[in-house]
Amino acid sequence: MRKNSRLLAASIAALSLFAAACGDDDSGSSSKVIAGIAFDTGGRGDGTFNDSAATGGERAASELGVEIKELEAAVDEDRKANLELLAGDGAQVIVGVGFMFTDPMTEVAAANPDVQFGIVDSVVDAPNVSSLLFAANQGSFLVGAAAALKSTTGQIGFIGGQEIDLIKEFEAGYTSGAKYVNPDIVVNVKYLGPAGDNSAWGNVAGAKEIAAGWYAAGADVVYTAAGGSGAGTIEAAIEAGKWAIGVDSDQYLTSGDAAAQAVILTSMLKRVDVAVFETIKASVNGDKSGGIKMFDLSNDGVGYSTSGGHIDEFVSQLDEIKAKVVAGEIEVPTKP
Amino acid sequence: MKNPRLQRMLVTSASSLLAVFVALCICAVILLITGKDPIEAYRTLFGAAGETKVLQGALNRATPLMISAAAVAIGFKMNLFNIGVEGQMRVALLATAVAGAAVDLPAPLHILFCLVVAMASGAIWAGIAGWLKVKRGVNEVISTIMLNFVALSLVAWAFDSFFRAESTTGSLLVKTKELPTSAWFPDIVDRRLNGMFFVAILVLVLFYVLVWKTKFGFQLRASGANAGASRVTGVNPKRMVMISMLLSGALAGLVGMRALLGDVHAYQNNLAEQQGFNGIAVALLGRNHPLGIFISALLFGYLGEASGRLQLIDIPKEITTIMTGIIVLAVVIINEAVKRWDDRRIQHKAALALESAAVPA
Repeated sequence: MRKNSRLLAASIAALSLFAAACGDDDSGSSSKVIAGIAFDTGGRGDGTFNDSAATGGERAASELGVEIKELEAAVDEDRKANLELLAGDGAQVIVGVGFMFTDPMTEVAAANPDVQFGIVDSVVDAPNVSSLLFAANQGSFLVGAAAALKSTTGQIGFIGGQEIDLIKEFEAGYTSGAKYVNPDIVVNVKYLGPAGDNSAWGNVAGAKEIAAGWYAAGADVVYTAAGGSGAGTIEAAIEAGKWAIGVDSDQYLTSGDAAAQAVILTSMLKRVDVAVFETIKASVNGDKSGGIKMFDLSNDGVGYSTSGGHIDEFVSQLDEIKAKVVAGEIEVPTKP
Repeated sequence: MKNPRLQRMLVTSASSLLAVFVALCICAVILLITGKDPIEAYRTLFGAAGETKVLQGALNRATPLMISAAAVAIGFKMNLFNIGVEGQMRVALLATAVAGAAVDLPAPLHILFCLVVAMASGAIWAGIAGWLKVKRGVNEVISTIMLNFVALSLVAWAFDSFFRAESTTGSLLVKTKELPTSAWFPDIVDRRLNGMFFVAILVLVLFYVLVWKTKFGFQLRASGANAGASRVTGVNPKRMVMISMLLSGALAGLVGMRALLGDVHAYQNNLAEQQGFNGIAVALLGRNHPLGIFISALLFGYLGEASGRLQLIDIPKEITTIMTGIIVLAVVIINEAVKRWDDRRIQHKAALALESAAVPA
């Protein structure tokens, strides 16, 4: 069953490349710095997390003139193989997108001490690895507050992808942000799959069903942290005339569709693009320091978007809350 | 060419080779349509075969595929379609990770203990589907698919609730308690090729001996080919169903052991994922024969290992997925066509022989 759907998706992807393939060119000037981006399974095209990382790479290509090489994993063994392949192909800096790269990167970074590495959402304790962590709970706290401020029914929802710690942080921040504004608010929570169920990141129909159910039962804002599945929530919001909240990327901008833009209240921004760009930039500048780089509200590594102007009336309130979080007056939980 | 078995084998191998060739041609057309150069692509893809590292990687990737294909094939021999290898593997992974970390044994015994736990837990999980089939007549395709979902959720829940070891580094990658080094399956080539490769070979050899060289194997094949007829000869089909499900599940339990004992040394989500499903394709391509399974597992392992290189020349990874899919499809279609042709040929020969024998009488 999985095999079939993967094949189908693959064929569609191959056909859609038809259009994309035409405009490709590369003049391989050998002096260019090569930067590698290793995506996890699922990879590009989710409109959120992975695409955000890709945006960072594109920005590095245009602003810093580096050559970007991208590899996407299909199975377990690919993660290490792809990191090695990039290192062997002359990449000076390599970013692994996702915490599943933790072990492979530990190994490959040790074997390639002259290459700089970056890992998103995890910690690899090695001198040549930057661990790029995000306080997704803080960003989610703000969109939770925005949801509570916007909600007229006092009912909102959260749809997560896989039920793993990473996504529970989003839930924890969102719920506590909403309760901070309105202690009586009802927050519905559902996950699309157990840990390890990769279909949870692309389950558009599942997210749509859940969101539509909640909208029908009186909820008016639903936040989805589930990669590509979020498109389902947006569809349901369009049909119900209610609000959806995007994740990772500014989905108002990435959706590019007027009907969707009318219902995307805001997006929780997790600036993976900034993290990727900064990691590449540091390497280009000869900075070889690794260590933990925290992206949170204080350095705008996470935040909320205002595209569309649907929350303009609350921006001053939200910025007040943000200042309190930054100052440590509000402590945002990481576990629901 | 007198030996009919040899003839049949030659026909089978030729048709499989033809299928691979046809699949490569179809993929070349897909590459052309998407504006890529198929010659460059295939040169990159097969050019990597000269590198030792790539070959080691291919063998390493082939290891779980060989075992999971054998697990599927043993079911096929009994006319059972065990799609639940993935779920049986998951159950065995967690059970082995937990049991293996809980005991303290000298190295070879510890590894053996882990392998036994893996086989037992895989067999138990597969046994549920076997029991349902024997007792209640539930089609094993449905029950094993459903049990895959149950296994995924159950294992995720059990892992998350009872067996996770809190990470010390702040990493979000959560695992079970690490196995003691005595349970680590040694590498043949350090961090490149794990010793489980030999276990996989052993599995294929034993699979061959069991199915083709023992009385049990004969009964299994006979019962699979015609349950009613072999029942008359005293073979209980229900018993055969149960035994082959248990055997299949035991092998399924071993599928994830290269990843668990040979690489990560702890359970984590997504460990060895898809390896149970991929075995179905390998078994189909290898026509449920150990030698065929060995060759097709190597082919799949190689394609997987080399696919990264295609991405470096801007060919999306999906093309290798498409390629494997088309190869399997082509094999199924061409094999069936060739089998019909071959059957007709044999029938025709038999008819001729009968005719010529009938004349003098």
